[in-house]
Amino acid sequence: YDESSARNSFHHLLQEPDRSTRESYESIEMQDELDRGRVEVRGPDSPPPEGPYLCEYDDVFCPHTLNVLSAMPSRTIGRSRGAIISQYYNRTLKLRRKKSRPTLQNMPRSSRPSIRECDWEPGVMKDEEEERRRLLTKELQVLSSNQRVRMLQMMPLSLREKRDLHVCCNERECRNRLHEKGEIHCCSQIKYSLIKGFRHSWFEFLSFLHMLQLWHYPLKQIGGRFGTSVLSYFIFLKTLLLFSVFLFIGNLFFIVVPQAVYPPVDHHNNQTFTGLELFTGAGYFTDTVLYYGYYSNSTLTEQCSVNANSTQCAKDLSHTLPYNLPLAYIFTIGVAFFITCIALVYSMSKSFGDSYRVNSASGDLAVKVFCSWDFKVIQKRSIKVQSDNICTQLKELLADLQRKSSPMSLRKRFGKIVIEFFAWMLALGSVLGCTFAVYRCSILLLENYNDKLSQNTMLKEASLLALPLMVSSINLLMPYVYNAMRILERDESPEIQLYAAICRNLLLKMTVLGMLCYHWLVQVTRQPQKCWETFVGQELYRFVIMDFIFIILDTIFGELVWRIISETWLKSKRKPEFDIARNVLELIYGQTLAWLGVLFCPLLAGIQIIKLILIFYIKKTSLVMNCQSPRKPWRASHMTTLFITLLCFPSFLGAAVSISYTIWWMKPSEECGPFRTLTTIYESGKVWVRRLEKSNPRFYWFSWIHRHLVENPLVIFTAAGILLIVIYFHAEVVDGQRKIIRLLREQIANEGEDKKFLINKLQDSYKKINSSPGKRASRE
Amino acid sequence: MGNKQTIFTAEQLDAYQDCTFFTRKEILRLFHRYRDLAPQLVPPDYTSKPDVKIPYELIGSMPELKDNPFRQRIAEVFSEDGEGNMTLDDFLDMFSVMSEMAPKDLKACYAFKIYDFNNDDFICKSDLEKTLNKLTRNELTPEEVRLVCEKVIDEADLDNDGRLSLEDFQHMIIRAPDFLRRTQASKTRREQLIREPELLNKYKFSGSK
Repeated sequence: YDESSARNSFHHLLQEPDRSTRESYESIEMQDELDRGRVEVRGPDSPPPEGPYLCEYDDVFCPHTLNVLSAMPSRTIGRSRGAIISQYYNRTLKLRRKKSRPTLQNMPRSSRPSIRECDWEPGVMKDEEEERRRLLTKELQVLSSNQRVRMLQMMPLSLREKRDLHVCCNERECRNRLHEKGEIHCCSQIKYSLIKGFRHSWFEFLSFLHMLQLWHYPLKQIGGRFGTSVLSYFIFLKTLLLFSVFLFIGNLFFIVVPQAVYPPVDHHNNQTFTGLELFTGAGYFTDTVLYYGYYSNSTLTEQCSVNANSTQCAKDLSHTLPYNLPLAYIFTIGVAFFITCIALVYSMSKSFGDSYRVNSASGDLAVKVFCSWDFKVIQKRSIKVQSDNICTQLKELLADLQRKSSPMSLRKRFGKIVIEFFAWMLALGSVLGCTFAVYRCSILLLENYNDKLSQNTMLKEASLLALPLMVSSINLLMPYVYNAMRILERDESPEIQLYAAICRNLLLKMTVLGMLCYHWLVQVTRQPQKCWETFVGQELYRFVIMDFIFIILDTIFGELVWRIISETWLKSKRKPEFDIARNVLELIYGQTLAWLGVLFCPLLAGIQIIKLILIFYIKKTSLVMNCQSPRKPWRASHMTTLFITLLCFPSFLGAAVSISYTIWWMKPSEECGPFRTLTTIYESGKVWVRRLEKSNPRFYWFSWIHRHLVENPLVIFTAAGILLIVIYFHAEVVDGQRKIIRLLREQIANEGEDKKFLINKLQDSYKKINSSPGKRASRE
Repeated sequence: MGNKQTIFTAEQLDAYQDCTFFTRKEILRLFHRYRDLAPQLVPPDYTSKPDVKIPYELIGSMPELKDNPFRQRIAEVFSEDGEGNMTLDDFLDMFSVMSEMAPKDLKACYAFKIYDFNNDDFICKSDLEKTLNKLTRNELTPEEVRLVCEKVIDEADLDNDGRLSLEDFQHMIIRAPDFLRRTQASKTRREQLIREPELLNKYKFSGSK
């Protein structure tokens, strides 16, 4: 069985070189074949030929063999209408019977699921197709209208055929309905019209909501011009915005607004507003709702805030609704973090599920050929860029394959390892150097601040900006250095280079942030000052603002100025590229700062929202004006998974650990804030439970639960044990699936061998029939 | 809004809604886009089910398809006569399959047909070569094209017959999470229609919103 000759003899019969001459070409061929005694073209739906034909040539297949080949289910399944109809008939039947998979006894051997569903017999005649269509229509009518619509929408038939099916279904339904005797009861009529009206308004509301979707149109514009990879950055930004909005709304309604409405009694803000406050967050802003220090530690009631007379306070306590601010503070922050954690883990697992499949390591080249063309891109220039990208990626993959097939010499490999080691040492050294510099600088600035207590306050406040300035400039410049270091690793595949650059960038940012957390939670608290929480809140405010300023500067200088320079001086047509990885890591860094600061500065989430909205519009404008889409290969879904994972693990986890440390171990300052008199912030919860117990003995069970479940370490160990068992179970299931996939692949390959064997046998048997002496005599 | 349009009968509009992934408004907007391509050919009233085809040259000049290297194949696959001349049904079908709401299986089925240049229900080596040349605008050398085709068939062909059938293709597509996102047509013109009510008035939707 020579595959190529079978393909050729069949292929040129079906080839369509030019639309207009196709008919004439085929007719000429057919005439030639007839003259030479071969058979004409047979489609899958036509009846088999009558009578014997001659099989004179050995290397060409008999007409009967060709007919069998042309009627094979695997050949006709995608195209033939009859096959599709019967496939969907079987599917609707299964839907009705609600069986998800056939039992092992009923499963026919050696057939792939698509063919099995088809219930195919070879040589289906035209009237049988009609029969199957009738059956399908009957099945469709029995389904509920939702299911019917779904089934119709999913069929790969042309719209005209689907409409015919739909008309047939509706005809029968109308006829059935006409047969019903009597009218609908008037109460049911009212009920139906109510339901219809409700559904109509609900659909209108949904379409209105869909139109309200944030930034729907700008995102489509960006996707159309730059492709899916750059779009993933902006979608990530939108996700961060949604997290911040959630955090902000919680804080606003439960913490800020109650305190703002009932301001604490003895706070008078005697500072004047100067413009510097917007940058330093200190000065006039110190004693406002912005920071932790402003919040009172008592229960808020109406009379008490207005009137400082405490006796009158106590008398009217019973008439007003008390609002326990410390409890509200800690609960809001705790619940917000908990819900954010769950949302992050859920989106991470969903993203993982979408982008990674079992056993998908192989097959990159095929996927790249068929799945890399982005049909959303419609601009001519962008299409050309996309073609170039795909070309480059294919060339790189081919080079990769060649490199794998010809392994490098020992000397070269040794040299590569040395260079890698050197590059990583350099990166680590730079990270340690920067961290040490930040450490020294922070100590110096703190001493400076606390020494010159009597000096000019404006200058003192401005000097506080030095630390954020230094950290932000490190975060801006070092990634460029790491990108430049890629020259050292020119031999590596581009994906490894990209991952290495992301790793180094992330390491730098997280180490610096870790050092800053140590500085704030350990060193600052040692200093003699009234309210360390407010100071830390101000520091974080400064960091957030400075980060925003540096992002704007980076956009202006990195993209706008670079484009102008490259166009006027270097005279190259290449615009600067939008570096997705670096920008996403900047967003993650900014979000970590916001999460760290929300305990000390409840309105920081609102500032983060404003910052993200402005960043979106600035980046979008700069992108459209200055940049081109990235040339390097980019697997958008893998990268999105990576970024959500980075958001969850170093970023959110680090923030949650710092906040937990602050709540459980740090002593709140004596003179300010809602947790003034307690040893730790967490104690406020315990105090409340005890108070509840004392006031109302019926709540004893609540405090019992609290004592034995929440504070008992055994519960946590048990929960962790159960989680580990569930993870192990899932890992085993995945392993089993891998084994099954391997077995099924072998089975499919064996089926291919069987098919070849059968075709050969068929060919041999037809040849034997045709070369029998009787026929030869009749021919002569 | 819109119970009083005169382009389609109620049954026709219902049928379109049930058989495609679009709502009434979107179907009417697509009809107006179809009509805009050839106003003199397409009647404003489809209640009498006219048999009108827009020739391929006009279809290929639409912004979504104008510069797409696969535009001829897309038009051929979705058109009834196989030559790229589309009726309204074919036009709606094309947009429906290329929209966000179409499931992966349906898109994979049509993508297979698009890449199958010789319509023999298999993607053989010559189909692959043509696909590659269209993707890269003939910038790969013939040697590279041959290598890539061989490697693709090696990777994706499961039953070892030297070419890709629909199942091989679908099996490979399942492993590509970007496929669904990339086989969507962009909707820029549609978004314009949402944002600019003056354009809506121009199409004279009879009846109030």
